Amino acid sequence: MLELNAQTIAFFVFALFSLAGAVGVVSSKNLIHGALYLIVSLFGGAGFFVLLSAPFMAVVQVLVYIGAIAILIIFAVMLTRSMTNMTELFNRQWWMSGIVGILLFVLLTIGVILPVWGENGINPSQPVSDNVATTEDLGVALVDGNQYVLPFQVASLLLTAAMIGAIVLARDTDTE
Amino acid sequence: MVPLWMYLLVAAAMFSIGVYGVLARRNAVAILMSVELMLSAVNINLIAFWRYMAPENMAGQAFAAFVFVVAAAEAAVGLAIIISIYRSRRSVVVEDVNLLKG
Repeated sequence: MLELNAQTIAFFVFALFSLAGAVGVVSSKNLIHGALYLIVSLFGGAGFFVLLSAPFMAVVQVLVYIGAIAILIIFAVMLTRSMTNMTELFNRQWWMSGIVGILLFVLLTIGVILPVWGENGINPSQPVSDNVATTEDLGVALVDGNQYVLPFQVASLLLTAAMIGAIVLARDTDTE
Repeated sequence: MVPLWMYLLVAAAMFSIGVYGVLARRNAVAILMSVELMLSAVNINLIAFWRYMAPENMAGQAFAAFVFVVAAAEAAVGLAIIISIYRSRRSVVVEDVNLLKG
């Protein structure tokens, strides 16, 4: 089923990074440690993208998620400084949330993933072809008039609006 | 290559851990970090499906690129809101943001 080559070992290493980092994020007492665990988890995700022949996505994950969003989260933790050492981590419904999380995972696995794409599933579980589209094809797709140029422009508008909104919300209004 | 369901399993596990983080934590920044975990899990799912089901079509990667954009915009605005709340109420515990409570 699974041959022991470098790809399989790399997959399990990145899966370990992703899941261990995720567990660290939701259960870290110190929020800075939680942000660092998030960075580890996102590195695991970037490793997956490399294994899945999407190198541009891997680089964008490192640059945008880790380089911008995780750093932004660390800044926010530093600016709301009284909360880096918390007394209580979880709220009163943590046990029900745990049940919901486990139930969701079990439902997804047994109900969706394994019947359709598992060993005895309907769909094939190996790649249909090795004719992979390249980063150049992604670039063409994002500006081609028949493909994704409209969502691309709307995304840039969204980013501009988010930037203006974030500046207006977090602006210090006492110095007027 | 590794069978597809293993990628889907890892993505589902990351998503479920993110759901637990969103529902169970008290601190708003921790909730936002869990939301970022969920979005990253969705991206892994999308790229895995793209690679295994339709590698010649660029729809999967374009979709994942737009998920990145939306995640970045939402993280920026969410953190601005959290900083704004902290400035007025000196606390980022979401249970303390209860002015509209009856």
